[in-house]
Amino acid sequence: MSLIETRKLVKIYDVGEEGVHALEDVSVKIEKGEFVAIMGPSGSGKSTFMNIIGCLDQPTAGDYLLDGHKIGGLSRDELAAIRNRQIGFVFQGFNLLARTSALENVELPLLYNHVPAGERKRQSLDALKMLGLEGREHHHPNQLSGGQQQRVAIARALVNKAPILMADEPTGNLDTKTSVEIMELLVQLNNHSGTTIILVTHESDIAAFSKRIIRFLDGHVISDEKVSKT
Amino acid sequence: MISIVSTLKIALRALWVNKMRSSLTMLGIIIGVSAVIVMLAVGTGVSRKVSSQISSIGSNLIIIMPGSSTQGGVRMGGGSQSTLTVDDADAILRDCSAVAAIAPMQFGNAQAVFGNQNWSTGVQGTTPGILEVKDCGLSAGRNMNDQDLRSATKVCLLGQTVVDNLFGSMDPVGQIIRIKKIPFTVIGVLESKGQSLGGQDQDDTIIVPLSTAQKKLFGRTIPGLVRTIMVKARSTEELSVAERQITDLLRQRHRIGPNKEDDFTVMNLTQVLKMAEQTANIFALLLGAIASVSLLVGGIGIMNIMLVSVTERTREIGIRMAIGAKTWDIRIQFIIEALTLSLIGGILGIIIGSAGSFILSTFFDIPSVVSLLSVLVSFSFSGLVGIFFGFYPAYKASLLNPIDALRFE
Repeated sequence: MSLIETRKLVKIYDVGEEGVHALEDVSVKIEKGEFVAIMGPSGSGKSTFMNIIGCLDQPTAGDYLLDGHKIGGLSRDELAAIRNRQIGFVFQGFNLLARTSALENVELPLLYNHVPAGERKRQSLDALKMLGLEGREHHHPNQLSGGQQQRVAIARALVNKAPILMADEPTGNLDTKTSVEIMELLVQLNNHSGTTIILVTHESDIAAFSKRIIRFLDGHVISDEKVSKT
Repeated sequence: MISIVSTLKIALRALWVNKMRSSLTMLGIIIGVSAVIVMLAVGTGVSRKVSSQISSIGSNLIIIMPGSSTQGGVRMGGGSQSTLTVDDADAILRDCSAVAAIAPMQFGNAQAVFGNQNWSTGVQGTTPGILEVKDCGLSAGRNMNDQDLRSATKVCLLGQTVVDNLFGSMDPVGQIIRIKKIPFTVIGVLESKGQSLGGQDQDDTIIVPLSTAQKKLFGRTIPGLVRTIMVKARSTEELSVAERQITDLLRQRHRIGPNKEDDFTVMNLTQVLKMAEQTANIFALLLGAIASVSLLVGGIGIMNIMLVSVTERTREIGIRMAIGAKTWDIRIQFIIEALTLSLIGGILGIIIGSAGSFILSTFFDIPSVVSLLSVLVSFSFSGLVGIFFGFYPAYKASLLNPIDALRFE
């Protein structure tokens, strides 16, 4: 059984008379512990695909099975619970809460998972420490560099021990050096903790850090190949 | 749902970030709640004062005064005609079923002397019924009796103010004072009643038998005529019955034809006081109208600001949802925020309203009492306003689509 399995996913956006076909018959399997990069130009459907497998959006047709369970037809709150416990998100724009300390940002998933305050703080400090952010716990996002902000976001994605990490252009707002640092961090996570990582990017040198690349074009999967490490 | 403490922290931070906006939003609630507090305080204060005055002048009291007389085209005003007699009073007590007690009165001013002390005050000549009519007891001694009335004995009852001025701390009962140089034996002291509605000292009085007053003190009046007759009705319900019975009886006794004016006036004092209370209630009601309008406007203000806040924080809502916030997590967050806003406004309103009612009663002599009930009522009302007007924005926030919210710029 695959961790993530989609069967003939279709997503149509209602824009004007004709719907826009963002995804057409996309069937993909991702196993536990994989590091997959999803590539494609803008409008290719790669983000739509990630939103659906990230339980942020529902497909128009087709099935999505997460860990063997059908996701279609779940309520908003059931989806929220899955996002909370199974999936950690890292976004291009970091998406940290402004005027909220790094520690409190990392605590958020635990807050919505009803973890008691003391335990919440302990786990969040651990996650920040793991990402080398000791001493920055009480800094607000605007007091942190882009790389540090993205690390806080990764800490937040990992703090609930979610088995899947989804990163949407995580290096899009970072310079090359920091990008490499963040990518090495993800590789390390994948190797040591066995976290399944799904990365959306349009840069091939970023995709090169992954182990498998799926290419999208016009809502279809056009290639799916292992990355040969040299 | 996440814990209230965490939600409250989130709400307080969000409000603190927009301090100016939050305090302006609270203003409507503050004005509304303080108006409610002042309104209820004035309402309670006035009705308490009125009821204490009703009990101090005597409840269910009716006063009968002679009508006005005309001398050479000049109308002399109420009470200038001498038409009421002791016989009228006896007839009223005998024939009017709704009347419980009666006291015909003759009064004037006189100087009273005891030892080397003297005091000028009002002397009321009346009958033993006066104590029942005025709901007044004796703090010492005895009331006058029919024997005193018949033989016009020189006895008197003193009000507390007179006792204080003539006797100091000495026991006055059994002592002899001189009123207009005539010796009177003090037989009793009236219970203290304090000030009347007009601010008169009701304890500054001397009561003597009516016959004694007419024969010995105010000799100029024709014997048998009285200045006023005070009547006590059996109950508040029977006040108007008593009033009608008295009017009918007196018209008959005074032989007034069907189309002629009364030669007397019947005044219902309780009614007068009740009218004063009604006036106060209208004032309170007006304030109440202002209060409810202000609370409504304040509530709409909260709703407006919360809607703006939801739009501004769409991205934050999206992040929270992506991370696992459920519908009610978001909903409660915004409701608590609105509630915090309105409750802080409510507390400030209660403080300002209490200060206002203190100022009213201290500096403007408008009786006002802030009751615990009014504080609780206005506090919970402001809470309700917050929940009511906070719900729609919160509901709107909770229904956002997580992806759309995340992409919102």
